[in-house]
Amino acid sequence: MRASLLLYATMLMPLAAAALLAALPAYRLSSLLNVFAALMTFAASCALLFERPAAGVYFLVDDLNAVFIVLTTFIGFTTSIFSASYIAHELETGKLTPLYLRFYHAMYQLLMFAMNLALLANNIGLMWVAVELATLTTVMMVGIYRTHESLEAAWKYFILGSVGIGLALFGTILVYLAAQPAVGEGLPAMTWTVLIANAAKFDAPLLNIAFVFLLLGYGTKAGLAPLHAWLPDAHSEGPTPISAVLSGLLLNVAIYALLRFKLLMAGNGEAFTPGPLMITLGLLSLLFAAFMLYPRRDIKRLFAYSSIEHIGIIAFAFGIGGAVANFAGLLHMTMHSLTKSAIFFTVGHIVQAKGTQRISGISGLASSHPMLAFAFALCVFAIAGLPPFGIFTSEFMLVTSTFAKNPWLAGLLGLGLIAGFGALLLKLQAMLFGEASKGSKEPTATLIPIFIHLAIVLMAGLYLPPPVVAWFQSVARMLG
Amino acid sequence: MRGIVFDIAHLLAGSLVLVSLIQLYQDRLTSLLRVFAIHAIVLALSVGWQAYIQGAPHLFATALLALGFKGIAIPLVLHRIVLRLGIHREIETVGGIGITMLAAVALIALSMVVIFKVTPGASTLAREDLAFALAVILIGLLMMVTRRNAVSQVVGFMSLENGLILAAAGAKGMPLVVEISVAFSILIAFIVIGIFLFRIRERFDSVDVSTLDRFRGGRQ
Repeated sequence: MRASLLLYATMLMPLAAAALLAALPAYRLSSLLNVFAALMTFAASCALLFERPAAGVYFLVDDLNAVFIVLTTFIGFTTSIFSASYIAHELETGKLTPLYLRFYHAMYQLLMFAMNLALLANNIGLMWVAVELATLTTVMMVGIYRTHESLEAAWKYFILGSVGIGLALFGTILVYLAAQPAVGEGLPAMTWTVLIANAAKFDAPLLNIAFVFLLLGYGTKAGLAPLHAWLPDAHSEGPTPISAVLSGLLLNVAIYALLRFKLLMAGNGEAFTPGPLMITLGLLSLLFAAFMLYPRRDIKRLFAYSSIEHIGIIAFAFGIGGAVANFAGLLHMTMHSLTKSAIFFTVGHIVQAKGTQRISGISGLASSHPMLAFAFALCVFAIAGLPPFGIFTSEFMLVTSTFAKNPWLAGLLGLGLIAGFGALLLKLQAMLFGEASKGSKEPTATLIPIFIHLAIVLMAGLYLPPPVVAWFQSVARMLG
Repeated sequence: MRGIVFDIAHLLAGSLVLVSLIQLYQDRLTSLLRVFAIHAIVLALSVGWQAYIQGAPHLFATALLALGFKGIAIPLVLHRIVLRLGIHREIETVGGIGITMLAAVALIALSMVVIFKVTPGASTLAREDLAFALAVILIGLLMMVTRRNAVSQVVGFMSLENGLILAAAGAKGMPLVVEISVAFSILIAFIVIGIFLFRIRERFDSVDVSTLDRFRGGRQ
């Protein structure tokens, strides 16, 4: 009873907060309320770890989605802290009006609701609806500045996102059709727990074609190349807290959906193994994005491409499969979410301090804003995969386990990693040193969320607590 | 009896593909919207027929929604927007209409081949419905890709959704949740689009999305 109460709290709190925030005109109060609601949701999701409700018809909590849900609510919480200080600055400079701010806060909580719903759903249709809702709310937020660029980005995101989501729905319908002869009509044929348990009896050719549509559909949402075209624009033109949530969380939700369907495929002996497809798309994204990092001139677009790169690594890891690679994939996903959102927090501060997103306009950060430069350098070291941060651990595990299976693939993986590493350090050097560019005023915002994220990433690189290891191992085994 | 039931279902689903093709060669926005209304009405008939032969009354709701919302309300509203903006004459396509039509025919063939190959086990009704639905989806996609105008991209998106609903209705016994949600999401999507059209006009006095591309300028 208490457990299912927690489950509903995880979803209903953001929803109630969204309604309240939409009605509340005072923006200072509403940004506080935003933080509070996110904190309560995080608390509820942590409590879910200890008290798990039994899988129902519509909702499900297991080891796999517990990882995602805790990560989502945690980053949702830290981002709301960052957002409170960031948004105050946007209001001062007149980029947003109080009315838009109200809209922004309501949308933020609605997005949290949609992501939690997608992760907790035990029904493929419900999950699809939630992903669609998440897409629509982020479209609105990307376009919130109403400049030419942000409208273009929102439109592009909307069109490509809808096409992706349409293909995913077609895949969902095909999965239902494949399952229906074996488990009967109606709800059971759309319920994850029933589907996974009966996967062996499904019509394999139909399942194959369904997975192709699902991979294209949810792959578009995850930003895998060549379906990534919306991603750099959406990340660079929206408010920075949204870039952090998009990169850190929404991409993960799409990956989660793919993992569930991959489990379904693995349960059916006659269906093809989705591994090679995921490896190909992952490797393509990694290599493409790593080399596309070099010509970037806009700081937010730079890190958007870096997100494509890391989503590629994650898809690659789950494609390779096996206990070690799956573990590496999970760890990498967690570390990437934490690090990338921390990066977007710092980038938000840097852009506000320097008044430009152009890399050429941001120089001499080390002398003008030492503390910010320090945090930024640490973040970039972490995302580039330098030890002792957690991303190094996961990349190391991935490279070694790939090498054991296929040295050629490991070589390509290494090439992508090194290319991305070089590009990021090159850009970092250009921004930190040199003559300090003008327009430098002291940012008032808080650096606390950045250091919390960095501390966790550092900690994971040095020492992973045994319960976390056991938890990740059980998920890795489950993924096969 | 059995034969005529199938024939009517196929006739309706096939007509949907045909109307999709007709959409492709419209050269005015107003006529495109009229054809889209027909598209939605054919969909409503097709879903209604499925509701009748499957004995699934909830599908009638989906059919009515398709008829009232997409067959009447949306075309009317879009028509007014288009007239008010004074863009009813222009449809700019990427590539010629002839090539687009050929591509559409190829897509129809592709969807037949793919679906018939993978579903030897499924019932004939579901199979052919699914093949037609995939064809409608792919043609909708093609339309979105080959049109520059925001309104016709939206029409392309909506006909894609029509294909999805046809597929969902053809899947026997698929829970109501999904149909409602599909319809609901279209509603939301439409609100979004409405806002966007409004904003695009406000900013650029045009709904040609290539105007948007210009502003990317030298940004990388």
